[in-house]
Amino acid sequence: MDKVVQVSVSVNGNQVTKLVEPRQSLADFIRYELELTGTHVGCEHGVCGACTIRLDGRIVRACLTLAIQTDGCAVETIEGLTENGEIADLQEAFVNRNSAQCGFCTPGMLLTAAELLADNPSASRDEIREHISGNYCRCTGYQAVVDAIETAGQQRSGGGS
Amino acid sequence: MKPAPFAYEKPGSMAELFGLLAEHGDDATILAGGQSLMATLNMRLSAPEVLVDINGLNELSGISVSDGNLRIGALTRHYEVAESVDVAANSPLIHQAMPHVAHAAIRNRGTFGGSIALADPAAEMPACVLCLEGEIEITGATDVRKVAAADYFKDLYETDLQDGEIVTAVEVPVIQDGERHAFDELARRHGDYAMVGLAAKASVSSGALSGVRLSYLGVGGTPVLAANASAALEGTLSDGMIAAAQAALDQDLDPFDDVSCSGATKQHLAKVLLERVARQLAA
Repeated sequence: MDKVVQVSVSVNGNQVTKLVEPRQSLADFIRYELELTGTHVGCEHGVCGACTIRLDGRIVRACLTLAIQTDGCAVETIEGLTENGEIADLQEAFVNRNSAQCGFCTPGMLLTAAELLADNPSASRDEIREHISGNYCRCTGYQAVVDAIETAGQQRSGGGS
Repeated sequence: MKPAPFAYEKPGSMAELFGLLAEHGDDATILAGGQSLMATLNMRLSAPEVLVDINGLNELSGISVSDGNLRIGALTRHYEVAESVDVAANSPLIHQAMPHVAHAAIRNRGTFGGSIALADPAAEMPACVLCLEGEIEITGATDVRKVAAADYFKDLYETDLQDGEIVTAVEVPVIQDGERHAFDELARRHGDYAMVGLAAKASVSSGALSGVRLSYLGVGGTPVLAANASAALEGTLSDGMIAAAQAALDQDLDPFDDVSCSGATKQHLAKVLLERVARQLAA
């Protein structure tokens, strides 16, 4: 076994301290050490977006970040955003529009959409498509995903239909 | 796919960084944003013994303007460059190209200096810095030197960066009165590596272009200046001039096939981009 190093990180508001191997990705740390399995692992080289999480308030690929790099940082996962209700409207819009089929991409898609709507709730469909361009969905053809994000954004900006 | 084991060091000062680089030599790899490096480690295309994480070196971050130059610190994240008012005002080319750099989550982490140090031939920032006649600031244990972009990008993933050195900043001249910038690229999916891209600048006076500089990405081992096509665009833009410049591009570029498309397709797309970008410069 490799030398292990101590990491102390806030995860969804809870401080956790663990010993990790330097080579362990943040995605594997979240899934295997913390057993938060809503963060999915797809391609493991930054292409698919399934492992998207928040690091110090901004979305990043958990497969392209090492757990050891998050010492002293704040990590938020889909579990945290679900429990604190921050994206409840977005999740409801995804359910209503049937925007998840197999659901594998959904946590990453929600994290990505949440960042867009926080900055720009009235984002156009083109802007939505551009922002989620780093998140693969192999089921929906994206139409329903864009619909749901657009709907949630319209409701937030008061122009809901 | 998981990386091979490595040791991890996070220097707290430049002196400590150079000490680690001297101690570990070729066995060490610098970790900045990690958005390309981590993928190559995960795929085991590379297996360094030591990762030297420079993310604690805050002095390598930041954007400033002085003496007619825009300076971007190596550790400045792509999103910070994209959102910078100083960059938008002083280097519209970089500002226009930034949304094409990967995806939002990658821009949040990836760094400007990392892109320049890696020198991926399909990346946007090397082509922009070459177009703008920028300089790369390279720091070693005992000295700091500046290298013109034209001399810095040498071959496929090969730069003027020597063992024990690190890219610490990039400087580009601020835009002058009458100077225009334009950027466009063609990619299979927004944010993916481009099949072909074009960064361009020119001076525009009474509708006539001069000092045209076309810098292509994705068409060779390095960003490529299209000198003949650039020269063919000097003057008041016309359909004939664009056709002549497109023909001249056959002397400038000899793209290789890659996974996205054939060299012949790239050459065709380079001509399509030439017309689009030339019309943007003159508009």
